[in-house]
Amino acid sequence: MAVITIDKVSRWFGNVVAVNDVSMSIGPGVTGLLGPNGAGKSTLIHLMSGFLAPSAGTVTLDGARIWRNQEVYREIGLVPERESMYDHLTGWEFVLANAELHGLIGPAGAAKRALALVDMEYAQDRPTGTYSKGMKQRVKMASALVHDPSVLLLDEPFNGMDPRQRIQLMDLLRRFGVEGRTVLFSSHILEEVEQLARHIEVVVAGRHAASGDFHRIRRLMTDRPHRYLVRSSDDRRLAAALIADASTAGIELDWKERALRVQAIDFQGFTTLLPRVAKEAGIRILTVSPADESLESVFSYLVSS
Amino acid sequence: MLQSPVQGTVARLTVRGLLGRRRGILLAVAPALLLLMSAVAASSNGDMHELTVTILARLGLGTLVPLLGLVVGTGVIATEIDDGSIVYLLAKPLPRWRIVTTKLTVAVLTIWLFSAVPTLLGGLLMYGTKDGLAVALTLGTMVAGAAYAALFLLLGVVSRNAVVIGLAYALIWESLIGNFVEGARTLSVQQWGLAVAKAVASDGTLTAEVALGTAVPLLLVATAGAIVLASVKLAGLTLSSDD
Repeated sequence: MAVITIDKVSRWFGNVVAVNDVSMSIGPGVTGLLGPNGAGKSTLIHLMSGFLAPSAGTVTLDGARIWRNQEVYREIGLVPERESMYDHLTGWEFVLANAELHGLIGPAGAAKRALALVDMEYAQDRPTGTYSKGMKQRVKMASALVHDPSVLLLDEPFNGMDPRQRIQLMDLLRRFGVEGRTVLFSSHILEEVEQLARHIEVVVAGRHAASGDFHRIRRLMTDRPHRYLVRSSDDRRLAAALIADASTAGIELDWKERALRVQAIDFQGFTTLLPRVAKEAGIRILTVSPADESLESVFSYLVSS
Repeated sequence: MLQSPVQGTVARLTVRGLLGRRRGILLAVAPALLLLMSAVAASSNGDMHELTVTILARLGLGTLVPLLGLVVGTGVIATEIDDGSIVYLLAKPLPRWRIVTTKLTVAVLTIWLFSAVPTLLGGLLMYGTKDGLAVALTLGTMVAGAAYAALFLLLGVVSRNAVVIGLAYALIWESLIGNFVEGARTLSVQQWGLAVAKAVASDGTLTAEVALGTAVPLLLVATAGAIVLASVKLAGLTLSSDD
């Protein structure tokens, strides 16, 4: 059983703190590392794959330090975000070279298996420089899987993939998770993580914002106070009717915008309340728009809670 | 278990990266010019000793070798570090020193092919086997080439501006400052190579600014030091983070 443990890790670059006192432990199964761009996801993956030293704290694989320890690569397969990968080599030559570099016995057999796993045999004789983004991603996967690692780390693996390739890769990662491998992938897209990982780790602005079962975190995200901008035929009367209900926490009359700013506590409750109240009072609703639905605001709510 | 200092796959990838896609032909242009000049000089009726020393020691050892060392020494590793493909070598249970010694071996052999071989041929063309001059200059070129390769490979590992710094060293330090400041000549790979050449050739054929007893230890220390330092630096290579 392969477990990566990040213990009180901080990493700063000059004055900038990229990762701030993060502790987490990644075990078998698929884990999603979720966070907006610039949150420190890549920094964490670099720390876990031995390409960055922690400024403070320790990063270990089954108790063995990862930084400056090349032996961990017998267990770790890394799929980096960058695309360059010896463009002049064919897919076959590239994966074979990776098998040889691992010192595997029978590197050709291992390369063949890895390419079959990602369905890339059909293009294995073309130079990787001619591949599409999705094909490159799959050959990178094959190179990371060639030594049958127990840990697979993927930095934004779905970037630039079309929906079909996305589904294929998800199936593959799910299978590895079921087989008992430790699979960690990073993403800034909620839906991707939702489809693939039961367990997620959320990072925001270098901090560990949440950890655990996806559904619990999703609920936290849905249950946060929502803000709406509402325009109607009679804002003042609508405001009076809304504030009477428990799902509304606050209302402000915005004179400049000629609109209501409503803060709802109960997302479900408010979405049924608004049309009902308007109908009963005979008020016409002109616009309803969410004021803070960006992923960043969702994340920052998680951090503050 | 004793491991060979050359790892086959790393060597293959390095050679293809260095000489693939017609880059080998580009590298061959300057040595071909050196050979052409030697041939022209050989058929002239000037002072052959002076012509040989000017073409092979000044132009060859003094200019071609440091430039080749720069292009090849940084080319075997800096390109991979810049584009990030070095990850595929480093994310393997390979000792870092083996990556360095393999790449250095490729670099040294390439530099020898493109500098020592034309030097030997040019020397034989112009001066025959007299005074051992051709062989002496070839040996001087070889030791200097190896030292340049090691130093510039190290530079490629530690700095993103390896080519600029290398050019500054080769042109400003060795050529410009070396011509005016005596102390600078002691720390000049070119002069170390000349010292070796002088020792091999017949007495009075060549002059060097550095004594052999100084040049040889400095050559060894610079080369070995560069290998060790490059291995240590490579083991601690940090990936730049986009986010």
